[in-house]
Amino acid sequence: MTTGFLDGMLLVVACSTLLCLYRMVVGPSVPDRVVAFDAFSTNLAVVVVLLVIRHDLVQLIDVVLVLAILGFVGTMAVAKYLKKGDIVD
Amino acid sequence: MAGLLIAVGSFFTLVGSIGLIRFPDVLCRMHATTKTTTLGACSIFLAAALKYGNSPIGLKSILALWFLLLTAPAGAHMIARAAYRIRVPLTADRMVADDLDGVAERLAHPPEQHQD
Repeated sequence: MTTGFLDGMLLVVACSTLLCLYRMVVGPSVPDRVVAFDAFSTNLAVVVVLLVIRHDLVQLIDVVLVLAILGFVGTMAVAKYLKKGDIVD
Repeated sequence: MAGLLIAVGSFFTLVGSIGLIRFPDVLCRMHATTKTTTLGACSIFLAAALKYGNSPIGLKSILALWFLLLTAPAGAHMIARAAYRIRVPLTADRMVADDLDGVAERLAHPPEQHQD
């Protein structure tokens, strides 16, 4: 794995993260935005993993776990709010 | 091997995001993103685990992979349920079958029991 290859893959994943951000901004309904947020948080975790591999920033691997957990909790919270109008029941 | 996994993961991540942009309604978009993004992220986490081997970094990336595999279908299921319940406009002219049509109403108002 050369560094140029890793930089290219990082660029590809960053572009797909920007596409998710576009859908999150213009999405016509609220579930569209929630789907886009789910994909966005996963792509952000992938970007951080690629940064860990590229620059050997081994401290950042904890950020990946926190991003995965926060994306899941946010998705669940908004989905439950949409369905019932209440998160905690 | 790790390079191949990273290439596959980046490709599937990009394909999922293009599907998120291009598809017409929320269920199609969810169909496009959930599976491909999970596969792409899991490939890249597996590449990190292969690179760092039996160390805390590798074990944490395996943990993130397991967590993602466990939670992505649950999250997508919850969003799909909420989107159907709040009647998000779908491309109904192209929908072939809707097995849940009227199920919520029948559950809310059950029909009278026949006495015979």
